[in-house]
Amino acid sequence: MIGGGLIYAIAGAILFSLGLYGLVVHPHLMRKLIAFNITGSGVFLVLVGLPQRMAGTPPDRVSEALVLTGIVVAVSATAFGLALVRRFYDLTGKTRLPNDPRPEP
Amino acid sequence: MTGISSVAPWIPSLILLPLAAGSLSFLFGPRSSLGLVAATPVGIGFALIQLLLEFNDTGLQHYPVGSWGSPLGIEFRADGLSLVMLGMTATVGIFISLYALGYFSGEQAGGVWFWPLWWFLWAALNALFLSADLFNLYVTLELLSLSAAGLVTLSGEWESLAAGLRYLLAALAGSLAYLMGVALLYGAYGTLSLELMAGLIRPEPANALAASLITVGLLLKTALFPLHFWLPPAHGSALPPVSALLSGLVIKASFYMLLRLWFEVFPSALTPVFAQGIGILGAIAVFSGAWLAFHQEKLKMLIAWSTVAQIGYLFLTFPLASASPAGALTALSGGVYLALSHAMAKAALFLAAGAMLKVTGEDRIDRLEGVGRHLPVSLFAFAIAGVSLMGLPPSGGFIAKWLLLDAALATGQWWWAVVLILGSLLTAAYIFRVLRRCFLAPPEHAVFHSVPVVMPIAAFSLAGIALLLGLTAVFPLRLLEKSAPYVAEAAIPFTVVP
Amino acid sequence: MSAVEPEEHGLIRPIAAALASALGIGLIVAIFALPRPVVGLAALVAAHLEESGVRHPVTAVLLNYRGYDTLLEIAVLLLAVLGVSAFRPAGPVATYRPRPDSGPVLAALIRLIIPLIVLTAGYLLWAGAHRPGGAFQAAAVLAGGGVLLRLTGLIPSFRSPPLWLRMALFLGFDVFLIVAALPLGEGSRLLEYRAARAGIAILVVESALTLSIAAILVTLFVGAAPSRIRNKRSTESARLPQNDRAGQP
Repeated sequence: MIGGGLIYAIAGAILFSLGLYGLVVHPHLMRKLIAFNITGSGVFLVLVGLPQRMAGTPPDRVSEALVLTGIVVAVSATAFGLALVRRFYDLTGKTRLPNDPRPEP
Repeated sequence: MTGISSVAPWIPSLILLPLAAGSLSFLFGPRSSLGLVAATPVGIGFALIQLLLEFNDTGLQHYPVGSWGSPLGIEFRADGLSLVMLGMTATVGIFISLYALGYFSGEQAGGVWFWPLWWFLWAALNALFLSADLFNLYVTLELLSLSAAGLVTLSGEWESLAAGLRYLLAALAGSLAYLMGVALLYGAYGTLSLELMAGLIRPEPANALAASLITVGLLLKTALFPLHFWLPPAHGSALPPVSALLSGLVIKASFYMLLRLWFEVFPSALTPVFAQGIGILGAIAVFSGAWLAFHQEKLKMLIAWSTVAQIGYLFLTFPLASASPAGALTALSGGVYLALSHAMAKAALFLAAGAMLKVTGEDRIDRLEGVGRHLPVSLFAFAIAGVSLMGLPPSGGFIAKWLLLDAALATGQWWWAVVLILGSLLTAAYIFRVLRRCFLAPPEHAVFHSVPVVMPIAAFSLAGIALLLGLTAVFPLRLLEKSAPYVAEAAIPFTVVP
Repeated sequence: MSAVEPEEHGLIRPIAAALASALGIGLIVAIFALPRPVVGLAALVAAHLEESGVRHPVTAVLLNYRGYDTLLEIAVLLLAVLGVSAFRPAGPVATYRPRPDSGPVLAALIRLIIPLIVLTAGYLLWAGAHRPGGAFQAAAVLAGGGVLLRLTGLIPSFRSPPLWLRMALFLGFDVFLIVAALPLGEGSRLLEYRAARAGIAILVVESALTLSIAAILVTLFVGAAPSRIRNKRSTESARLPQNDRAGQP
């Protein structure tokens, strides 16, 4: 039967998709970073929820530990990204990456 | 050949040594860089040679960390493919370290932070090539991405920051896609061990989605067309030793993971449609990358677009290796050998370009006249590396393309042979464009600075190795044959080499 | 990331929306359709818990069974600090000084809260052995205290970390490296610890990690501060000849 983890897994799938959409669509750098965090949360929810999607399974300690590791990695990446965005803004006054990523020939 | 459970310290040393070097370089600052460059590559090289000797004696090396076997703990595994990749990293790494000693002497900014970031990147690469655990591979991927992004932004100029941000976002998206795929597989099979997963996984639609997520994530990190948008700005605007690392080594890590996962863990998902599709994307990358490289104004940008093109070649391995067992070993060997020689040649190219840019103070190709006279060694290095990129004999590139051509003809996929040959012609076009400029006489008012002598020598050494790979191909190829896809009872037959 | 910025209109949005929806639906279907695992790791985790040196299974996984992942994860944290420090300009740039809050309420609150924070962190660290807790949690609480101190001006800015801070940042990682490598000297494997020795090793590593991770988090918070000069002139001032302390660790 259905266990408690299923709803988290489904929520994680939705967050993952929403986050990826936001990462691609929003040009503002802060929003991209936030979207990245939403995507990460989605993956973590799936990682924890999926092993408990069936009733009667004991809580999965390994996936809990994996998510702890994942959170720390996401924090590190976000911190670095934020500092970059901040410095980029200081230097150029812009919050978007330059228009065309390809250089002029 | 049996796999044994090793207790020797060589495998963990390969990871601990660069991590320790990173610590020391951060704590003691740039005055420690000379000592660390002297000690660390020697230590890593020694451990690698010992590991090779053990591998020769007892075959596949398993190393359960903490002596907890999988699936409870994390396992390292060293097979032929891992050893080739580790060797590639060590070789390129040694020469880039020497080059960086010269490059960052004087007033060049960034020398302080280059070293800790670089040692951590080397540790990440070694950890990745030795890991046999799906989640541990994610952590090593992130270690790699963050250190690489940090190196891209090293100069602190706004173009580097923009390129680094774009690189960071793309790398993070790729890692998350990979992790989602792993999460699905873990939820399905309850294990993170590569070998156990390979034994348990069955071809099912849900697993196909997981495999697709993993693949798309890794393709984004390997910059295959059309997911290559982040690469030219990142590799083109970074400092030359950093560009050499990125194009030479970092790109190969995610490619290695794709090979591992596709040919060992889910080979049954490699349908002909998918394989040909990947090959088509690779072909587009080969042509469009070379075309855009030819039209670049700046030297490092040209080399960066060349990387996009060469990555396209790497992905021809998939259609060639999956068509039938006949071409499989040849194609896989060709693909890996191409990655290997590209690492040497591309790193040499960037290092030589760095010397040329420092000497002239210019980064535009049409202002490079006269470099030939002032930097003959670097220009020679550029030319030799170009020979390998074009796939001319005798070079590693030639051997690799020969193997791929052989596989193409053996499996009847002659269209990939056309791509290989045409691509080489285009490569020649942009290489010669640069060389032609350098041999012209300089304008009257041109000023030429000098560069530390270690820089051209390092570039030349790497180019020479790319050439040497064409003459001593037997050893690496024999090593490659003793790789995990062949040792397991997979669809690909096992060929015994004494 | 899109190649057509800043045009959020046009084709990118509908295509991305369609792909994202398809992905979401596909994932949900896969969640239902995935095969059920035959063997889980829970039994293995429980079976070896006694040998792992701690009583809480998550701590056992994090610091013993999969301790190597944790080692690499600390390296990732350190990379964030390295990366943030690496692109800071070398030239003379004014660094941000937060205006200390002059209100008496906050000052009194700080005097009350900081000791409580340290106490809580200590408890969390100790508790990690037999219930949810451990180095990260304790360090996060400590770092919260550090952020408070920073916001009230009690932690100053620095352009690049002084030696004592660099040692604090790397202490946890270096202790972890040494603890990981010690068994190699005795002919055992990396990070091979059992029973009582494991308990001691984990305690030592966690204590060092708590300090370091707190320092890392606070450094990240301080390090991402903006420089006061907000226009392109900051790059020009970065090209001025460096004074003797600029860029030197």
